[in-house]
This record gives sequence, structure tokens and C-alpha cells, in this order.
Amino acid sequence: MVKKEMIAMLLAGGQGSRLGVLTSKVAKPAVAFGGKYRIIDFPLSNCINSGIDTVGVLTQYQPLRLNTHIGIGIPWDLDRNVGGVTVLPPYEKSSSSEWYTGTANAIFQNLDYMETYNPDYVLILSGDHIYKMDYEVMLDFHKANNADVTIAVMPVPIEEASRFGIVVSDENSKIQEFEEKPEHPSSNLASMGIYIFSWNVLKEALLTMKNQSNCDFGMHIIPYCHEKGMNLFSYEYNGYWKDVGTLGSYWEANMELIDIIPEFNLYEEFWKIYTKSDILPPQYISGEAKIDKSIVGEGCSISGEVYNSVISAGVTIKKGAIVRNSIIMQNTVIGEGCIVDKAIIAENVTIAGACSIGVGEEKESKLSTKIYSFGLATIGENSVIPPGVTIGKNTAIFGETTAEDYPNGVLDGGEYIIKAGEV
Amino acid sequence: MKAIGIILAGGNSNRMQELSQKRAVAAMPIAGSYRSIDFALSNMTNSRVRNVAVFTQYNARSLNEHLSSSKWWDFGRKQGGLFVFNPTITMDNSNWYLGTADSIYQNLQFLKESHEPYVIIATGDGIYKLDYNEVLEYHIQKKADITVVVKEMPVNEDVTRFGVVKLNEEYRIQEFEEKPLVASSNLVSTGIYVIRRRQLIDLIEKCALENRHDFVQDILIRYKNNKRIYAFKMKDYWSNISTVESYYKTNMDFLKSEVRDYFFHQSPEVYSKVDDNPPAKYNTGANVRNSLISSGCIINGTVENSVLFKKVFVGSNCVIKNSIILNDVYLGDNTHIENCIVESRDTIRANTYHCGEDGIKIVVEKNERYVI
Repeated sequence: MVKKEMIAMLLAGGQGSRLGVLTSKVAKPAVAFGGKYRIIDFPLSNCINSGIDTVGVLTQYQPLRLNTHIGIGIPWDLDRNVGGVTVLPPYEKSSSSEWYTGTANAIFQNLDYMETYNPDYVLILSGDHIYKMDYEVMLDFHKANNADVTIAVMPVPIEEASRFGIVVSDENSKIQEFEEKPEHPSSNLASMGIYIFSWNVLKEALLTMKNQSNCDFGMHIIPYCHEKGMNLFSYEYNGYWKDVGTLGSYWEANMELIDIIPEFNLYEEFWKIYTKSDILPPQYISGEAKIDKSIVGEGCSISGEVYNSVISAGVTIKKGAIVRNSIIMQNTVIGEGCIVDKAIIAENVTIAGACSIGVGEEKESKLSTKIYSFGLATIGENSVIPPGVTIGKNTAIFGETTAEDYPNGVLDGGEYIIKAGEV
Repeated sequence: MKAIGIILAGGNSNRMQELSQKRAVAAMPIAGSYRSIDFALSNMTNSRVRNVAVFTQYNARSLNEHLSSSKWWDFGRKQGGLFVFNPTITMDNSNWYLGTADSIYQNLQFLKESHEPYVIIATGDGIYKLDYNEVLEYHIQKKADITVVVKEMPVNEDVTRFGVVKLNEEYRIQEFEEKPLVASSNLVSTGIYVIRRRQLIDLIEKCALENRHDFVQDILIRYKNNKRIYAFKMKDYWSNISTVESYYKTNMDFLKSEVRDYFFHQSPEVYSKVDDNPPAKYNTGANVRNSLISSGCIINGTVENSVLFKKVFVGSNCVIKNSIILNDVYLGDNTHIENCIVESRDTIRANTYHCGEDGIKIVVEKNERYVI
């Protein structure tokens, strides 16, 4: 009989709506990060580096990019005879068919999958954080405490604590209280959305709570376990962990990679991050180019100037273009003489010559102040920008735009042009 | 595809000087991200050849490591795939491969058990793109016994290190001289041949009976009058890397946009083993011009007209000019490297000066590395 001590369930179905046009057509875990990777590479690499070789990836929102990226798991050595990676979309059932309505509901709908591997423990992960973590150490902690549930937590500034699930633990790390997004947090230990459940506990909780609508770990399952008086422990993590849920934090996390010795170091031999990458040639830096404090992916061709930026694979930056403080994703072309400052430009975007992007005063976004409010110009994938236009800050562009879309050749700060995809 | 492939990758070339101490020529790193054999392997897979055997002999550690998984070239299949044949001791043979023909003879079983009618033989040290189907069609159309792919070299180039051929007006080979003292033409053999499988087995078995071991001397040259041996002229880029000068020049060719376009951006692609290196990183002080930079590099100094392979670290105030830095080299601060090839995994201490004065200097220092 197949037996795995611990399997991982990776929640990758969310949209990540606060990433705006970046996630209009792709799920958040499939968004590019750090010049080479996609966000889901971090938890997947953590799994294989921690010795977990069975991972179920739950997908729902716009899964195409995610599916092609994961494939049969070759880049992470998750192509296994027994176990490996399995993509788990919602499916039709003879009685009630439904989408995944909440994190715990999604796991509940895949009880059969977990059952196949006869696990002792199940690790619940989410696909939208940047960190390196050894889950095996967390499992040892779980076993040593004879815990039913272990929640990974990290200290956050108390003023931000109300955005998270907050735990209060005693000196033995046993959880006394659990508050989901409390108004007045009574501790600064935030749940990282990483849980280890003993299998029978998880199964029992999911079955008991199966009729709960939008069943969620933080809102329902953890409080349920707590009320039942189970052994809940908090596992404190003090390394680098970044939630890249907003354009601002996404931009910041990328920018942190270009420090001389970044806090989150991709160049360490130990604990490598794996990704599906095409077989690409080296990058070519031409005689006119100037690059300073940046990371640049394979296959790029750089003839312009690049400062403080993260440039993904296959990007072309033409002569005379100046790119500063920006994130440019795969295969995008920046035309001759463009000026780009503090912009996030997604994959396969074509920017014609002599455009100025991210200039002028910062104005409030007319599309959504919650999403576009970091002084960033954001351009969604496959967009086209006509020559010579000026684009302000807190702007959003998605789709093939033409000169007519820019009155007097200008898209003022806070404005937007959405011509493709879902908003 | 009606052919199986054989890649002869056992060779060593003492004209590669120190560079060949570490590895067979077929495993030489090329153009930042590739190894020499990737070109032949990619041509095989792009020509839809499904069974390919690589014969190795001389220092094959790097080569075997590179070929440890065949999935990069899409050879990880149930049907066919990539076979690596090292010389082995058997009950009736305890020799190394005594020559190219002998290497085929010692693996004749592979040929006998195949069912494809033709064989494509290639070498591991050619840098080129070629659809072998074109050669095969030509071979059939000419009713040839053997077809040799040839390349017309520029008139001023010294071709005496190659096999030089002379053709009649029908492209049948009239003369074939291996490494002549004085070359009688500028048409050289690229070491790529097409031949019918049964024919090859016959010729190789005859050779073995007569104690002959070399494919060029004992088959091509010896049989050129009784067999129909034709030449197929290759038009596009072809380069052979088996001397230091040609190795250097071939890598530098990739700084030209037409060569880069041809190999990097035009279909079909060249495949290679994928590493898990992060993107290249440019810190303050980096000043890179007209150079190829590969993944995993960290650059703090000046790099000009050079090719940096994977995971090269360039310290502050370094100056790298007209040089090739192979994989995983650490260059300490204030180092000056000019007209050099720096051997892979080397550590160059701070304040070192290397400059090739008349020709290319090969730098091998073998220092211990203490940095992380």
C-alpha cells in the first residue's frame, strides 16, 4: 500500500485581485518574480528541498499559465513514480458540483486525493509567498509537541497585525487564542498560512465542517480545532517571508533582490529555487548599454540603460532607452529612446519608441485607489503601447492601445486604459 | 526518420592545450550556455532522428555528466533515445577504441539491431545547424554510397588541419587528403557522413578483418575510387573548435549579431541542459559592453568584448577584455584579464594580472576557493 509520511496541499486557486492587471489573465501564483521565477516556485522548491515529494496543487482561477508551468513537475524533480505533483482543479460530482468556495472547502473536495497516499500529516501551503523554509523542521516540531495542528507564525509590526490571523501562545508555544484579522490584536504573531495537520484531525474537522459555506482555514477550521480543545502549536519563523499580495509589496520584494547582499539571496548554493525555464542563450549586452544595480535574465538583449531594475528572460531594451526602478517581465520589448521609471511591465508587452512611462505627478487612481496607489505605472501582459506617448503614475494599461487612446499623446496620472481581459 | 545517429565524441585534441586536460573536446563550453555536443545533438533531434549513440572515450566525465539525462534534447523516450557507449572490456576485446572505425566496430551490435536504413555520423566538436534530412535526400538522389558534408572555407584560411577534398563537376569526391601539408583546395570535410546502415556494417567488418581502424583513412580515402562518395556542400555557419585559436574565435563569433540571430533566435533551437542558476546580477561598478553574460553571474567590474559563462563572479575594479571566462570562475578584486581563456571552476586571487601578449593565453591557476 502506498504510504507517504507527509504530503503537501498547495492552494493556488486565488486571483490575487490586488495585483490588478497583472492577474487579469493569470492566477497570482503564476505571476513572474525575480527575473526568472514565478511565485509558486518558492513553495514548490521548499517542498522538494524539505523532502516532500507528493504535492497537490489546487487551481481554480485562470489556471492555464500555472498548468503549463507545473507540467509533470520536472523542474522540481516532482515527476515521480509514486506521488509527485498533481494539479487538482474543481470537478463535477454526481450530486452537488461546486467551485472551491474557500481554502478549507478546496481541501475538503480533495479528500480522496489525500486518502490515496495514506499520510500521517498534511501540510497546507499557499502559493503566494516568497520565502525559504524547511518544512521538515516544522514537522519535527509538530511531532515533538505531540500537536494536532501546528501553525507557522512570524512576528509582524503590531500596527499591521490586524491584516493577519493572530495567535497568542504560551511559553511552550501552545496556542491559547486565535483571532482572524482582529481589530485590536492581542499579539504580533501572525499566521503565515502554513499549517501542519495530523491527518485524522484534518479529516475529522473537514468532514464536520463540510456544510459550512466558504469554509476557510483561518475563519473556520482553526477556530473549530481550538474550540474542541485540540493541541494547537505555533511554530515561530524568523527568516525572510514576504507576502506579495499588493503591487507595492510585489514591487518592493523584487527591488530587495538587487541589494549587494540581499536579505533574500537567490545566489546561495544551499536551498536552491527551481523553476521551469526554457533553454535560453546567454544575454547580450551591447557596446552602448549601461547596467547598474540590476538583475537581468537569460536571453535578454540590452542596448539601453538599466538602473535598479529586475529584467526577466528574453527582454529587449533598445538603444537610448532608460529603465529605472522597474520590473520588466519575459519577452517584453522596450523601444528606442523610451524612459521608464517605477513601472511594472508584464510579459510580451511591446512598447514602441520614445515613450515616457511613470512620469509626472502622482495622482489618485480613477480605477481603484486600493490597487493602484504606489506611484507605479502598471502594464498588463501582451499590451501594446504606441510610439511617443507619455504615461503617468498610478496608471493601468491592459490591451492593444493605439495613439487615439491617448488624448494629446498623454495618459495622465491615475488614468487607465483597459481594452482586454477581465478587470 | 529513416536514419539512426552516431556522434563520435571520444576525441581529444592536444591542440586544445590545457583546455583538453579536463574534458573531451565535445564537452567544451560554447557561447556562454552550451557545450559543443549540444549542436550535434540538437541537429539530431531537430532532424527527428530518434536513436542516437554517442561514443566517448577520452576523459568523458564532463561529457557523461552533461548527458546524464537525455530529456533536454527530447531523447528521454520509451521508443529510441540517447545511448552513451564508453569502451568496455569484453571476452574477446580488451582494447580501447583504436580509431573511429574501431569505435563503431566495437558497438556494431547497435547498428545491427536497428532497423532504420541509414546512419548519420557526426562529430561532437562542430558548431553548426543542419537538417540531416537534406543531406539524406541528397544522398538518395545521388545514389551515393557515402555522402560527406563539406564546407567551403574562406580562401585565406589555413585548412591543413582538416580533411581536404576535391570534387568533380557532379560533386563526386576525386581526392581526399587528411591534414595535407599543402592544401589543394579550400573544401574541407566537416566529419558529417550519411551512409546506408548495411553498407556501413559491411565496410566496418571488412576494416576490422584487415586490422584497420580509422574511418577517414581506411574507408573514405581507401574506397574513394570504388565507392560512390559524394560531397554535400553546407552553406550556413560551420566551425570546428579543436584548436585554441578556433575555439576562441568561435566563441567570439557569438558577439556578432548575425551569428547570434542565427543560433539564438532563428528556428530550430539549440538545446542544452538547463541549470538552476538565478539571473545575472549587476552591482554598482559594473560596466559591461559588447559581451555575452550567462545566468548566475555576479558582476562588479568592467567587462568588454568577452564571453562569460555561467556563475562567473567578477570582483570590483576588475577589467576583463577580449576574454573567455568559463563556468564558475571567481575573479578577485582588481584583476586584469586580457586576451585570455580562463579555465572553469578556477579562482583568481585579487590583483592578478593576465594578458595574452601574442595570442590567446590559457589561465589555469587551481587556487583554493575560500569565499562563499
